[in-house]
Order: sequence, then C-alpha cells, then structure tokens
Amino acid sequence: MSAAGGVPRYDCIVIGAGHNGLACAALLARAGRGVLVLEAAERIGGAAATREFFPGYRVSAGAHLLHSLSADLRRDLRLDSHGLAAAATHMPTTSLLQGLAPLRIDAQGAGAEAGAYADYEARMRRFAGALAPALERTPPRLGAGRLSDRIELLRLGLRLRRLGRRDLRELLRIGGMNAFDWLNENFGSEPLKGALAFDAVLGTNFGPRSPGTVLTLLYRLAGQRIAGDAGLWQPVGGMGAVCAALAGAASAAGAVVRTATPVERVWIEGDRAVGVVLADGARIGAGTVISSADPKTTLLRLVGARHLDTDFVRRTTHFRARGLAAKLHLALDGVPRFAGLDADGLGGRLLIAPSMRYIEHAYDHAKYGEFSREPVLEITVPSVNDGTLAPPGKHVLSAILQYAPYAAGGGWDLQRPRLLKSAIDSMARFAPGLESQIVAAELLTPPDLERELRITGGHWHHGDLAFDQFFFVRPVPGATQYRSPVAGLFLCGAGSHPGGGVMGIAGRNAAREVLQGRG
Amino acid sequence: MDDSVSAPHFLKPLLRTPFHRRARPLCQVEEFIAWAGYSTVDVFTTMEQEYFAIRNAATLYDLTPMVKYRIAGPDALDYLNRLITRDVTKLKVGRVAYCIWCDDAGLLIDDGTLFRLSEREFRLCTAMRQIDWLAAAAIGFDVVVEEVTEQVAALALQGPTSASVLRAAGLDAAMRLKPFEIGHFEAGAAPVMISRTGYTGDLGYELWMNPADAEAVWDLLMTAGRTWGLRPIGSRALNVARLEAGFLSPNVDFLSALHTIRVGTGRNPFELGLDWLLDFGKGHFNGRRALEQVRRAGPSVRLVGLDIDGNKPAHDALIYAGASARRRLGAVTSAVWSPTCKRNIALAIVDASHAALGSTVWVEIYLNRELVWERRMARARVVDRVFFAPERRRATPPADF
Amino acid sequence: MSARTAPRREHDAIIVGAGHNGLVAACYLARAGLDVLVLERNPFVGGAAVSRRLYGEFTYSNCSYVCSLLRPEIIRALELPKFGLQIIPYEGGCTMMRDGGHLALYDNHDALRREIGRHSKRDAEAYERYSRDVMRQCKFIKPMLMREPPDPTSFKPRDIAELLFLARRFHGLGERRMADTLRFWTMSAADFLDEYFESEIVKAHFAGSSIIGTALGPRSPGTAYVLLHHYMGDIDDTVGAWGFARGGMGAISNALAASFGASGGRIRADAPVARILVKGGRTRGVVLEDGEELAARLVLSNLDVRRTFLRTMDPQDLPPDFLRQVRNFKIRGSSGKLNIALDGLPRFPAIPPESPCTRGDMHVTDTIEMMERAYDDWKDGRWSRAPYIDMLIPSQIDPTMAPNGKHYMSVFVQYCPYELAEGPWNDTRRRAFGDTVIETIARHSPGFKDLILHAEIRTPWDIENEVGLTEGNIFQGELTMDQLLFNRPIPGYAQYRTPVAGVYLCGSSAHPGGGVMGAPGANAARAVLRDLGRKAAA
Repeated sequence: MSAAGGVPRYDCIVIGAGHNGLACAALLARAGRGVLVLEAAERIGGAAATREFFPGYRVSAGAHLLHSLSADLRRDLRLDSHGLAAAATHMPTTSLLQGLAPLRIDAQGAGAEAGAYADYEARMRRFAGALAPALERTPPRLGAGRLSDRIELLRLGLRLRRLGRRDLRELLRIGGMNAFDWLNENFGSEPLKGALAFDAVLGTNFGPRSPGTVLTLLYRLAGQRIAGDAGLWQPVGGMGAVCAALAGAASAAGAVVRTATPVERVWIEGDRAVGVVLADGARIGAGTVISSADPKTTLLRLVGARHLDTDFVRRTTHFRARGLAAKLHLALDGVPRFAGLDADGLGGRLLIAPSMRYIEHAYDHAKYGEFSREPVLEITVPSVNDGTLAPPGKHVLSAILQYAPYAAGGGWDLQRPRLLKSAIDSMARFAPGLESQIVAAELLTPPDLERELRITGGHWHHGDLAFDQFFFVRPVPGATQYRSPVAGLFLCGAGSHPGGGVMGIAGRNAAREVLQGRG
Repeated sequence: MDDSVSAPHFLKPLLRTPFHRRARPLCQVEEFIAWAGYSTVDVFTTMEQEYFAIRNAATLYDLTPMVKYRIAGPDALDYLNRLITRDVTKLKVGRVAYCIWCDDAGLLIDDGTLFRLSEREFRLCTAMRQIDWLAAAAIGFDVVVEEVTEQVAALALQGPTSASVLRAAGLDAAMRLKPFEIGHFEAGAAPVMISRTGYTGDLGYELWMNPADAEAVWDLLMTAGRTWGLRPIGSRALNVARLEAGFLSPNVDFLSALHTIRVGTGRNPFELGLDWLLDFGKGHFNGRRALEQVRRAGPSVRLVGLDIDGNKPAHDALIYAGASARRRLGAVTSAVWSPTCKRNIALAIVDASHAALGSTVWVEIYLNRELVWERRMARARVVDRVFFAPERRRATPPADF
Repeated sequence: MSARTAPRREHDAIIVGAGHNGLVAACYLARAGLDVLVLERNPFVGGAAVSRRLYGEFTYSNCSYVCSLLRPEIIRALELPKFGLQIIPYEGGCTMMRDGGHLALYDNHDALRREIGRHSKRDAEAYERYSRDVMRQCKFIKPMLMREPPDPTSFKPRDIAELLFLARRFHGLGERRMADTLRFWTMSAADFLDEYFESEIVKAHFAGSSIIGTALGPRSPGTAYVLLHHYMGDIDDTVGAWGFARGGMGAISNALAASFGASGGRIRADAPVARILVKGGRTRGVVLEDGEELAARLVLSNLDVRRTFLRTMDPQDLPPDFLRQVRNFKIRGSSGKLNIALDGLPRFPAIPPESPCTRGDMHVTDTIEMMERAYDDWKDGRWSRAPYIDMLIPSQIDPTMAPNGKHYMSVFVQYCPYELAEGPWNDTRRRAFGDTVIETIARHSPGFKDLILHAEIRTPWDIENEVGLTEGNIFQGELTMDQLLFNRPIPGYAQYRTPVAGVYLCGSSAHPGGGVMGAPGANAARAVLRDLGRKAAA
C-alpha cells in the first residue's frame, strides 16, 4: 500500500470476500501485487460462509456441499495447509421415496437398470471430460477478430472432435435437450430419473422438461471433473472453511482483507477505474479494481449507467438473475430418524425428488409465484460428519429447497411460514418425529438471500445458466473475459464464466487476465 | 370539426395537425404526405413558387409532426450528456444546439435540436420516434423522458423577410434573438416560444405554441406577412432548401442505427462529416469507446458534397472512380438542381480515398429523353457540402429582407 | 413380404405420400426429367394441406390453414400460380381480452403504432426494435432454409466448406448480433418478449406463434426460435406471402399436383404403401398393402421419420443404432383442430365493427401465464381447459369457402394431447374437447353456438389416423434444439439421405422442419439430383 495526497493506494482492490474474490486476491497477491479485499459484511465468505443461525448451531449459509472446487486451485493455493479439511468425501446420494425403500444412487441402486446406468454414467463422464477444460479456461471472445480467441476456439473444436464422431454427434444433439427426454431415453425407473433430474435443475430456473437442462447437468458433471472427482464432500467447519482457507492463503501472500467495509461505487476517472469510493465517502486508489459482486450490482450500481453504453446497460438489466431456491436450516435436539437409512446414508445427501413429474409439478407452481406443497429438497445433516457444527448430541439439518419463487404471491412474510411448514411436513414423512426435534428453524427465501448476501435476485449462480448467458456471452456481450467496458475494472464473480457453484474458477481466471495485463 | 378526426385509427391512421384546417384549403394541388404519423402538405401550389419564397421572401411550414421530447429532472443534464455526443453542460438556458447521438457501436441514431428550457428541463426535437431508445438510455438516471409532440404545435417561419413578418405581427421583441437563441413572446394573445433555428440555411425562426393557439398564430402571421410575400410551403420545397444548406435528412442520407437490418449499413459520425460534434474530452457518452477506435482507424467512407456537370439531378446514382465505371466508390444519397446556386448538387457516400475536397469522381446518371433512356457518366467534383449560406442568416438584428 | 406380381417397369423414383413436400420433391424430380410416381394412401392428395367438403357446400382447410411459409422460390420454380395457386393476404389479426378489450394488428404502420399505443406507448415503439431484431435473425437464417445442413462431425470437403460458410456468416455478425442469434435460438418466448414489451396483452399476442405445434410452453427455452420459425414467411420482400390460399390449403396441393402432372408425373391415390423394399442395402421399390410391388431406383418418403423407418421398413434393413435414434425422435402431438360451418358471421363485441382485424387470425389468450397453464394441462395428459386458439374465418375474404352469407371457421387449438391420462380418445372425449373449444369462443362471441351448422373435431389421435402424422405432430417432429439443423431428424442423417441407399426423406421431419414451407421437399430433390449427378431446374 502507498498513500499519495492522503488517498491510500493498492495495486488491486477486490470487491467482495466470497470464494471467487478471495481466490482472485490470493493469486494476485502471490504474483506480487498489493491487494486489498473489501467485504461489505461483518464476516468473509459471501454465499460460501458458515452461519450460526441459533446459539451453538452452525450451518453453511448458502451452498452446503462441495463438488466442483477446483483441484488446481486447492493445490496451487495450498488450501489444505490453510485449514481446509474434509469432514466427509464421496458422500452418497439417497433419494427418499414414499412407501418405498430409499434409493441409493449408484450402479447398485439403479437395480434392474444397472447396465443402462453404467453406460449412461460412462458416457456422461466422457462428455463432461470434454467440456471440463472449456469450463476452466477463459472463453474466447467471438467476433472480436483476435488471433488468440480464434486459436482458443479452434482448440475447443478439436477437443470436442476428439470425442469421436459418435459421441460428438450425441453431445451436439443432447446439448440443447431437456433432462426429461434425455433421461427417458436412458431409463425406465421413475425414482432413478427423478434423482438424476434433480442435479439438472438444482439452482436453475428450469423444470426437467425445460430444454437446456441437459446442459446444466453436464455443467455440474464437468465441474466435478475440475474438482478432481472427489465427489460430493463436506469441509470441516462448514462452507466457511473454504473461504477461511482462501483468506488464509491471500493473507499469507500479503493481501489485506477488510470486512464491514461496503464499497459505494467504483471510482472512475478518464474512463478508467482508479479505485473505489467507500460508503463513508473515503476513497482508496488502485491500478486495477476487480469485483466479485454480481454483474448487475457491479455494472449498474458500483459503476453506474453514466459510464456505460445504453444497449449494454439494457442487456445487463436483462441478465436473468432471479433465484428460485431457498435455504432451510433446522436446529435439532437429536439425530433425525430417516426411515431406512443407514449411518452412511444419513451422512450423505438426501433428495426428495421421487420422480421427474414430481419435480416438474413443483416447478409449475413456482412459475406463477406459488410454491408446491410437495417441495423438492436436497437435505444434509452435516453435524453427522462434523461435530463442530452443533452442541454434543444435537444436530443441524441444512436443506436446499428448489422452486421457491423470488416474488411469492401475497409476499414472503405471509408465505414464509407456510413454505417452512410444507418443507418440514415433507421431510417428516420420511423422518417421523422430526417436528418434535426442532429447536429452531430458519428459512432463507431468495429475497432473504438477496439481502443477506447482496446478490441481486438472490440467485446462487449470480444469474441463470442458460445458453444465452453461458460461456462466451456470460454475463453479457461487452463484459466477457472478466473485463468490463471500463478500463481497469474486472469481474471475477459467479456472474462471469463459468458461473456458480463453489469452484473458484472465475476468481482464478480473472486474476490471470489481470496479470496478463490486456485490460 | 372534420369528421375524420374522430374516425378510429384503423380507418384513418394519420393524425391531423392543429394547422390542418388552415393549410388544407390553401393546398391547391392536393398533394399530401405522411410524416411521423401526421398528414401534412407536400406541395401547396407549385414546388418552384414555394422554393423561391424561401430564398426571396418568407414561408410558413407546419413543423408539428417533428417529434418532440420533454426531458426533465435532477439528472436531465447528466442523462443528455451521456446520450448526446456534444458537451451539453456548455448549452446555456435559452439556447438551442444541433446535436447527434449514437448507438453502442458508434453508429448514428439520429440528429436533432436540443433546447435548454431551464436548468433541469430540455426539449429534444427529432425526426423519428425513439422513446424505446431514450427510455433505455434513462436507466440509472433520475429523469423523466416523455413525448410531447401532440402537446406542442410548431411552425417554421423562414426566408429573408421572416423577421419583417414577425415585426409586422407585433413580435418586435424577437429581433434580439441570435441564431440558436430562444425567447418567449406573445403573438396576439397567444404565448409562443420562438427559436432562431431552421432547416433552410436562411434567415428564419421556429415558433412553438399550445395547439389551442395554433390557428390564431397562423392567422396572425399570414395577415402580417401579406405584404412580405409570406406563403405556406410544403415538404418538397423545403427539401431543396435543406440540400442547398447541406443539412442531412434521416432515412435519406443515413439510416438510423436503430433501423438497420443488414450488417454494415449504419454510419458513424466520422463517415457523415459530423465528427465536429464529438467531444471526447467531456466524459463518457454513448458509443464513445467505439468511436475512439474509429477515430484511430479513420473512416472508410465519407459523406461529401458533389458538384456535378450538367443539369440532370443524379438521383440514386452510383459513383465511380473513372468514366469507364469500373471501380465503384459509392452512391448519391440526395440530389437536386439548385435553383439559387445554378449548380447540379448532391450529397453522396464515397470511398474515403476520394473524399478530399477537389477530388474528381464520375456519376452514372440515367436520362429520360421523351421515354428514350440514356446513360451518362457525368464528371463531379467533391466540394463543401454547404452549397448555400447567405450572411443574412446570421445578422442580429436581422435585416429587413 | 413376398411379391404377388413381378414389377412391370422400374420407375426412377417413387414418392411415398402426396403431402405438399412429397409433391414438391416430385415436381422438382419430374422437371429434371425423372420418371416419378407418387403414391398416396388417401383417396385425395395433399396430406395435411387439403381442402375437403365434409358438410354441404362448405370447404374446410381441414389441417393446415395458413399459407405463410411456402418458399417463394418454390412457387416460382414450379409455376404454381399458373396451376391455380392464389394467395390472399390477411387484413389484420387480434387478441380479444377477458375484460372486453382487444389488441389488433394492422398492416398500416401508423395504425399499428396507435393501436399498440392504446395499451402501451413504449411498446408501440419497442415493436420496431422487436421487428428489426426478428428480421435480422430471419435474414441470417434465410439462406440456411434452402440448403442442406452440414454435418459438424464430418471431414468431407462439402461439409467443411458449408460449415465455414456458416461460421463466416456468424462471425460477420459481430459479438452483439452473435449473442442475439444465440438468444433467438435458445431463449424462451416469455423471456424474449420481456426484453421488448411491458404490456401483458402485447406479449401474449406475439407469444402465440411460439407454441403452435410444440411440446413446449412459452416459458420453455427454445420457444423464441419457434416464434421466429413462424416469421420466416415475412422475410422475402415479396408482397402477399402471408395469407389464405384461395380455395383452402388444398389449393396448394392441387397446384403442385397439376404442376407435377404437367411435367409428366403420375399420382396414384388409394395406394397405401406397406413396405419400402430393400435388397443388398439398396432400395428396389415399394410394395403396396394389397401386395402389389412397384419397382424404383429411388424412394423418397414424405412420411415422418418414425413412420418411415418403424412402420414402412423392415428393421432388419436398418442399423440398430439408427433405429434406436429413430425411436427417440420426439414427435409428440400437441395440437387439435376444429373446422366449423357457420350459419352467419359471428359477432365479437370486443372488436370495433369496422375493424378489419377479424379478417385475419383471432385469439382469446390475453396473458402468457394463460398459455403456460394451458401447457401444464397438456403435460399432465389433459387438453387445455383454457386452450390457446388461433381462429380464422377465411370465407370473409375467400368467397369459395362457404355459400354466400355463410361462413367457414378454422380453429387451431393448442394444447391437446395425443394420449389422454384418463384413457383412450373416443367420441365422448372428442366431443368434450370440442365443447371446451366452442365454449372458449362463445365467451367472446354471444350467440356463437347457435350459428354452428357442423363441426369437425380433430385431435392429434385423429390427425395421426387420417393424415398419418405420427402422434399427430403437425411438424413431423418437434422443433427443439436437439432436432433442428444438423440434428434433424437424426444426427448424421440430416442431409435427406438415410442408411439405405436410394431411400430419402423429403417430409418435414427433415431440415428445416414443419409448416407448409416446401423446403424439405425441394432440398431432398436437390440431394437426389446431386447424387444422380444432375442439376435441378432453376
């Protein structure tokens, strides 16, 4: 840090101390840059934080499982030496079924369709493997006419061609398909299809029948490849441990992380970002500003329309970023008794997604600002694997409730208790006595997440993963490749390629772009 | 009241202006055109009579269909400074500025006149409706943008005796107006705003009023102008005058970037010779980053004035480097025989290699000789596109005629 | 299948099915000098482009009802006007609202601006941006309609050249327009329209064409493309491309048949094909259901891909992987149709009496949510309780369709399932479906029911049975990303050719898909002629 004319100055300022912001900061600091990270909240972590929602009970506030955290990043930043450890890895997925034994999702669980499942699994892995590098790299910028972009595009094309004609044809066909048709082509078992379709719609604005859901499924699978196929895993201490480790790596490299310091706007002079202005009016100078906030927040609020072009602003306002998932936290005075589950199963991920039709119906309600009395849920009981999260003998339950509309008819104040009750009733059908175990409950709806996490629309991925918001056009043309129209301002959040999930890739790639200095 | 005024839009799509009941009986040849959703007069008597009145006496032209926007609010100035390429902070209250605005790619959307009515209120007059763009441009600004075309009736009083007509109408106070200045006056009992602006390149004024006063103001001026040769004119005569003055006509000399379908048909200000309106030092404006690149690379085509041999207007003509018509350079966008300059003039888009003043190009003209068609390659020189600019247009106070 | 009679002579080509695409292909081949025989199962030609008299002097366009997409180059090359085709443009269009209001579309630019402006001034001008963007995309897609889609996995020079052609076109758009193209191809109509309009009725009106014939709702990604698909008819600056075929849609088929006949081609009606015969990996003709064998070097199937390969060919003649893909081809029917003979012109109180907008397509769905809910019903195996309907009264404009003073009304209905959750289609259920539709209309037209003289009610099940379209899908296969361009109908077989030498697809299952466009037929004929080393007539 230096100070000229009373204004402190850093090489780089990173806005937001979520996992992407911290990853970016750590890499920049390690490359010798003087880095300041500014976080508006009292604590670091953003959507990847651990939250004490009731005295003594802690859960991962947003995402509660890891499946796509970049293995390269984890190694490069030596996150394990900064305290990242697994409480459980390769966690199994079990689908809870009314009147039937729970279905464990693996080749054995596929039962009569084990062969089909093995084929499906293998093929999807091949596809994911071909797509994973595209997820990891900065996408080419089309139409700009730069040689490097053309080479990148060519590499991508060649990599896909290496799949072989048969697989490539299949990939090009299913890439735009819906999960409903794709899974129907592969399987007959409704429970199996329901469970597999769940991963295609989690965190999206889609139902299984929506075209594009095979893409979101492949996206998730490609993310697992990036993570080095550790499967689903749960960090000790909750998701906040990831950000703590990243912050540790950043600090060790010399970065300064300051919390409770909201940035009011990006300080722009002569069409160049030269720092930030804080909420209290103080200015901090920087050669480069990198924002991990969502694109709407960064571009429309922190930069402001007056520094941008009209059609670009219009496109940014059209970036679809309304969350459709809520988060449910229960403090329990005992271990929940899910029928038919062994300890291993309880320590894994539980789904209430018994069929594609069930999921589609839940989605149908959400389309009209309603929610289904039969909600779709991804449930974990993280305290089973990690005793630090709850008092001895007590437990926490963390569930993602898919299809909670951003704008609920009648308002969330009215609907929140109703949705909470539906969710608890729904789980209690599989875990008798659950209601009586509840010490405290918290339901965070998309507007709650918007407020708590400062993400426009409360969208986990900062914006829908759909073809027109993906890859070389994410988030919007003119703000791709982690750049913004304003020189010296970069984007490093989930709104940029490759999108959401706790991957850290957007942060890492943004750091690379900054260091390459093409900005 | 004319019964067609109350007819539904699907039977009578075009609106009537508040001057319609006055203008229509004076229109001897029944030639009307649709202009921005209104029916207006194209020719009253003959185009020639009307044109010479512009250059010799005074003319009244119904300007009401000109699309007008009211732009007001705390951020009105910031909004306009981002929209428009000029530095609007330099526009004082009571002044008018000619201005242009571009899309994100730096291609011209439209040109128009911007009136600063007060610190926080402006009026933007444009050739075409574009609230879709103006509203999108308002995202992030505390500003109201509304179309007020129907709330403001407008007349253009143009020609060397136009000041005399105003004086005869009791508007002596307007004599103080300098070019691009606005004043508020009483025309008879009607409040009018008068700006010293126009589209003829001659001495002239534009009068803005409440539609309810429109007929009274028309009558006042027509009476006052009887001894000053005042006559109503239609759009056809005006088009000759604007071309002599070197003014661009939207959808003729350029197509708005909001309306282009094909790639490459939009035009940037450098190409249109409007780069003098770009202020790169004022802070961000729409399209600035794209225009910086154009500025570095230079335009590949240019809009130029042409002085063409012969007297046949070169409508829709293609332009070549030589009489052999082998290398295409561009095309004529507007052409007319200038009755005042006695020159065969045109505006044209040509390759930048031949855009320098004094360059020679060849224009392919088709001649209709008693239904026998001939093709003629006419030599043309690239000239300043302001073909006619009399000193009287600037004199303040203006001369009697 | 054994041959009863020895083939008398070998045709150059047999076309299976006298739908409009089969006839288009037949015309092109006959004009190139081939000996072509068209075989039709029904006693009449036309497939889904027919005019039939089922009640008195009323002429129904029983299935397709608007001539919007028929390629002008086909009309011209096959001289269809000379053979009786006349297309008369619509004079407007409208959506009636539940609150008694309406939105009309008018040809006149200023009338349209003022009309939309009644609902939203902003939308009246946003409409220009909307039209511009749609036109930009249509201009981009237009050259692809009449070309074979390249195989992106192929290394053949022709495919690579074609891919480069497309890549250059795409690249030439620049970043923003490329992104726009992507939006068009992948977005939902609802999201897409939200980017232009604020008024619900305006959005609902334009969203209509995004769901016609689909197994998708207006909120499903991919429906913006369907919207675009229906605008294809507007791309040519030729006047009167959109409208009624004078004499009903059969006039198109009849003109094609006459053009074909004039080139020396022959059509046999009442000649259902049982099997396409294959020997040694190559076709040698067809056998009819009565056992008659007809020899041909080439067979072009105008049937959809499922019917062609699963019901008209021996599975032994086809690679198993190909058959699997054919079985996976999505061809769910979702549309019904009512053809109604009316004793007089129905009244629509929502529409001002002098408005010409009823002489075009009329709708009663005034929100996108209504459309989406109609889709939800279909997903659950019900016909929509409040269906989206596209109704026309062609007899207002075309005097040949009904006796003077009487009227013919065509009512297209979205959504109606091929299979009902409650059980198979029967007369009772068909009538109940018809009643739902009639009630929907009657809500906007007092006295409507009293005007009805006769109504033909067609469900997807009926359409399959009569016309032969599998599951009653009007496009011979859904228009989704996985079934467009190089994926249509089957990846690797998107160039009209099939695994069997000499067998071609020429129906809407092939690129560029459904609607009475004729492009698949023309493209298939060109593929045939190229394989024969001949050139198509201009």
